[in-house]
Amino acid sequence: MAVIVWIAEGTWPACVDAARAHAPADAEVVLLYVAAAAVPAAAHGAFAGLLGRGHPDPRGPAEGWGADPGTRVEQLASAGGEELLRAAAERLGRACTQVLREGRVEREVVAAAEGAELLLLARDGSRSHRGPHSLGPAGRYVVDHAPCPVLLVWP
Amino acid sequence: MLSSSFAEVLSVVLLAVVLVCAVVRPFGWPEAVVAVPAAGLVVVTGAIPWADAAQEAARLGPVIGFLAAVLVLAQLCDEEGLFHACGAWMARSSAGRPRRLLVQVFAVASVVTAVLSLDATVVLLTPVVFATAARLGARPKPHVYACTHLSNTASLLLPVSNLTNLLAFAASGLGFVRFAALMALPWAVAIGVEYVVFRRYFAADLDAGPGAGHGAEAPRMPLFALLTIAGTLAGFVVASAVGIDPAWAALAGALVLAVRALARRRTTPVAIVKASSVPFLAFVLALGIVVRAVVDNGLAGALGHLVPTGSGLAALLGVAALAAVLANVINNLPATLVLLPLAAPTGPGAVLAVLLGVNIGPNLTYAGSLATLLWRRIVHAHDAEVGLGEFTRLGLLTVPASLAAAVVALWGSLHVFGG
Repeated sequence: MAVIVWIAEGTWPACVDAARAHAPADAEVVLLYVAAAAVPAAAHGAFAGLLGRGHPDPRGPAEGWGADPGTRVEQLASAGGEELLRAAAERLGRACTQVLREGRVEREVVAAAEGAELLLLARDGSRSHRGPHSLGPAGRYVVDHAPCPVLLVWP
Repeated sequence: MLSSSFAEVLSVVLLAVVLVCAVVRPFGWPEAVVAVPAAGLVVVTGAIPWADAAQEAARLGPVIGFLAAVLVLAQLCDEEGLFHACGAWMARSSAGRPRRLLVQVFAVASVVTAVLSLDATVVLLTPVVFATAARLGARPKPHVYACTHLSNTASLLLPVSNLTNLLAFAASGLGFVRFAALMALPWAVAIGVEYVVFRRYFAADLDAGPGAGHGAEAPRMPLFALLTIAGTLAGFVVASAVGIDPAWAALAGALVLAVRALARRRTTPVAIVKASSVPFLAFVLALGIVVRAVVDNGLAGALGHLVPTGSGLAALLGVAALAAVLANVINNLPATLVLLPLAAPTGPGAVLAVLLGVNIGPNLTYAGSLATLLWRRIVHAHDAEVGLGEFTRLGLLTVPASLAAAVVALWGSLHVFGG
């Protein structure tokens, strides 16, 4: 029995609080962060678009003009994800598993929720005025395709 | 002397080889390894007469020197801590609000691209912007995408902003200040359109609110680097006013920072030479000569009737659209080299319209051109699916709108300042 808590920037504290309130005491709580592969990919792509700039092979320099900024962004993304998960675990204040995935965010979340008892996520969108866009594209997809019950909370 | 049809076939084949190798990079060779011998071959076989090759080299020489100086300047600014300071400033002044951070990113990326070239934004600024968003606990996607888009869109303003601009600057006969005056409005309008689209497209991510980010460190502005850049910009204006090549101002700015860094033992002469990317400069020169051979041997005649003439709004729109399409098919660098000789006789308006197309257009295809995209798809199967759809959708929303608005703005500028 596992409760998956999707940790996303900006809205995660609400999900962690909901887990504290609603996850059964005997359930395994899994904190899940997915680093969007599209972000480093955009940096890789922009660098690849610079024709003739001596794109690095893997043995190339790590810094300066020959360095692919996407590689640096990948490193920063996984470091940032780990830090977010640590902060979330601290807020949760009980035993949990931290899972860091990388890829298409919505698909990774749906895949990780396979066989889970509950998936916790927060709505996005403006909190100051009511509008129809309360879910971003990733959140929308997850709600539409989640293989388990979903608890959607306000941040 | 070769027959002209054989010369054309040879030049086209060599250009194709040069471009394919620049995208594929066999054995990890620098692009110049193939491009320089190819340029030698078109000269030796007579596909381009010696005199024409020498003229092309003489035309490209100052452009390449200018580019080298700007690359060194940007690299040394990075070592002075300029980009780190930009990150700290953005983190502090955004006060943890993602929408404000997007405004800061737009401002910083637009200025960095305009002054220190698009390479600086892609290579040096993008990781800093990601780190800043992560530190604030904001979702990084809108901000990183803004960097990649603005590295193209915001590279319209100054001749130094983009290599394509330097090439057009040399071909247009415009002065530095006049170039900037004509492009200021299109630059601002194109960035404005991008901003409006980004705000709407990423509304959900930007509204997700601040995370529990760390307190922002106080930015320490590298005053010396900032003053050097300001001095270099003033130097561009003065040099242009007294009729000196503004490349000298860029060289002076790079030298000032280089001497300081060397005196403080923060860099070595070898590192500075490396920062000037000599193989890249050789590649540009060689590519220029091969393209000249292709254009002179018949492409000018074939493409000539495709390039609209005249300085009316419709003609400018046509030129910009053609340039955008060509930039997306091959890459904006060869597209510029091909189109400039065809647009230059019509006047500076047409040349600047080409620039709008080749600079804004690449936002349509992730990785700058279909050629690069296809190759990346072959090599990295995973890259092909990651975010490609989203990036392309964003490109379809921004490129036609910002390109059309920028062309109208250029048309207006041409009327105000005179073509």
